[in-house]
Amino acid sequence: MEKRDFHVIAETGIHARPATLLVQAASKFGSDINLEYNGKSVNLKSIMGVMSLGVGKNADVTISADGDDEKDAINAISETMKKEGLAE
Amino acid sequence: MTKTLKGIAASDGIAVAPAYLLVEPDLSFTKTTVSDVDSELTRYHEAISVSTEEVEKIRDSAKKSLGEEEAQVFEAHLMILNDPEFTGAIENEIKEQKINSEAALDETAQKFITIFEGMTDNEYMQQRAADVRDVSKRIMAHLLGKELPNPASIDHEVVVVAHDLTPSDTAQLNKKFVKGFVTDIGGRTAHSAIMARSLELPAVVGTDSITKDVENGQTLVVDGLNGDAVIEPTDEQVADYKVKSEAFLKQKAEWKKLKNEPSVTADGKQFIIAANIGTPNDMEGVNENGAEAIGLYRTEFLYMDSKDFPSEEDQFEAYKEVIEGMNGKQVVIRTMDIGGDKHLDYWDLPEEMNPFLGVRAIRLSLQNEEIFRTQLRALLRASAFGKLGIMFPMIGTLGELRKAKAILAEEKDKLVKSGVKVGEDLQVGMMIEVPAAAVIADQFAKEVDFFSIGTNDLIQYTMAADRGNDNVSYLYQPASPSVLRLIKHTIDAAHENGIWCGMCGEAAGDSTMFPILLSMGLDEYSMSATSILRIRSLMKKLNTEDIKELANTACFVSETAEENEKLVDDLMKKVNN
Repeated sequence: MEKRDFHVIAETGIHARPATLLVQAASKFGSDINLEYNGKSVNLKSIMGVMSLGVGKNADVTISADGDDEKDAINAISETMKKEGLAE
Repeated sequence: MTKTLKGIAASDGIAVAPAYLLVEPDLSFTKTTVSDVDSELTRYHEAISVSTEEVEKIRDSAKKSLGEEEAQVFEAHLMILNDPEFTGAIENEIKEQKINSEAALDETAQKFITIFEGMTDNEYMQQRAADVRDVSKRIMAHLLGKELPNPASIDHEVVVVAHDLTPSDTAQLNKKFVKGFVTDIGGRTAHSAIMARSLELPAVVGTDSITKDVENGQTLVVDGLNGDAVIEPTDEQVADYKVKSEAFLKQKAEWKKLKNEPSVTADGKQFIIAANIGTPNDMEGVNENGAEAIGLYRTEFLYMDSKDFPSEEDQFEAYKEVIEGMNGKQVVIRTMDIGGDKHLDYWDLPEEMNPFLGVRAIRLSLQNEEIFRTQLRALLRASAFGKLGIMFPMIGTLGELRKAKAILAEEKDKLVKSGVKVGEDLQVGMMIEVPAAAVIADQFAKEVDFFSIGTNDLIQYTMAADRGNDNVSYLYQPASPSVLRLIKHTIDAAHENGIWCGMCGEAAGDSTMFPILLSMGLDEYSMSATSILRIRSLMKKLNTEDIKELANTACFVSETAEENEKLVDDLMKKVNN
């Protein structure tokens, strides 16, 4: 299993449009991918799950991937995070 | 069987096309427990896959007819339909609680809607709540074996029939195929009516029963000129409507040519035709119809459309937008007219026996000075961006006017002292709508920069007849000599004291009243933007020399409103020949 921590820097957090991009990025991979925040974990392939967490600015989140393409998945998601100015 | 329904003519024009019912089926259900979980899950999965196919189809046709941007909402719907947390949660409920799909769907959807709507500071999430609601409705319809209307996939000319039209309904309509609207409820200021006018589609609203009387596909005539909706018209009627429609379109094209022309009479006398607006959104219509000023900006919508008192900043932004949008042309903004039939959810005012005779408009402002001062500060600050006239409504006595003016002067002083810029040519005026004020207009004229006559209320108060009560509607007589004398006295008093006089009531845009008002020398005529070109065209035909005596005859010779209507009728016959 691959894991990586992120610190959210986007003004709107990850409940606005960029959440869709993260979900789209995650959905390209076969691994199970989860987003953990505030003790709750949701499927990162689910827009409803991601948005219902209400991740705001300055939140610390953990993304984990478990499966054959777990490494590629985490890298792709990191890239989206940075490209969209969501988190570092 | 041909059937004609009477409604309110909300937007000009005529259309004949098959009816398209934008009416939601009854989606109520009973919560039950299921014994065969597997077959319930199959039923649920089928509903999901049929819904998905349907939304894909709608998305594709929406892309073609409405464009990528409008079709995006359906991409969001597809994501929800295939969302593992959403569909998974429903499946779990069916499995674990052994309840039917309808109940599982409803409970899960409600859970997400509550979360999303709880994020009140985030408009994006509020929209997602609406998406979840739309998607759930679609799945629910399939579970119940009912059909939802799909306005985005309309592919032939239709007249849309609805109980009422919401902004999200209209956003999904393909404007190319929609020829008109007919609704059960609403008035001229309902969203559906405003939308129809901005799209220049004929509309009849407030028919009470159109959704019950017409079936999908039946031929329907929308006569937005008379306010008639004709179901299954005869061939003869269709032919008549075609003639009427062509005549209307021809006339409209003629009017359009006058958009950038000044408002002048046949003998070259120039006047101002202005627009009445309710929000900055109305500016588009103002420009498209060539308004020469804003004669009335009704600020109460700012208060009515918000959840709490609008802040000074919010008000300032709205006023500034309108003032700047007019590029130096005059904008008259009326301080709030709350009370009477207009109430605010967040302002608990005592109930009154006669609200129209109670604490309304300026009376309410003077009794709640802080709210009034906030509005005045926003207006004063906005005045620096163009030519503003601040107008007080419902003034009945000089005492009220002086008090309002004193408060305004205080706020202006404070702002100027703190270095805030205030417009140099700011004017201060008042509505003439209380008969007591009209009668002593000569005294008021010495203390204001302008008058604007509000005929709707002036008539109601002069005739002592509630304008909302059908049983006394015969007393609503703009052309009655008593009303006309008050109007004439007001205009004369203004001119004798060197100030200008406008009118912002319905009468200013009324073809019968207009020649009489012109004869009285009214300076500014303010009306719904869509009436401007019609009146400008009428003005071009009238010669002030020929109608010089009309005002006096209408006020002092005629004894009834009917006589005056006939006077104008005869005049127009002569003018048109």
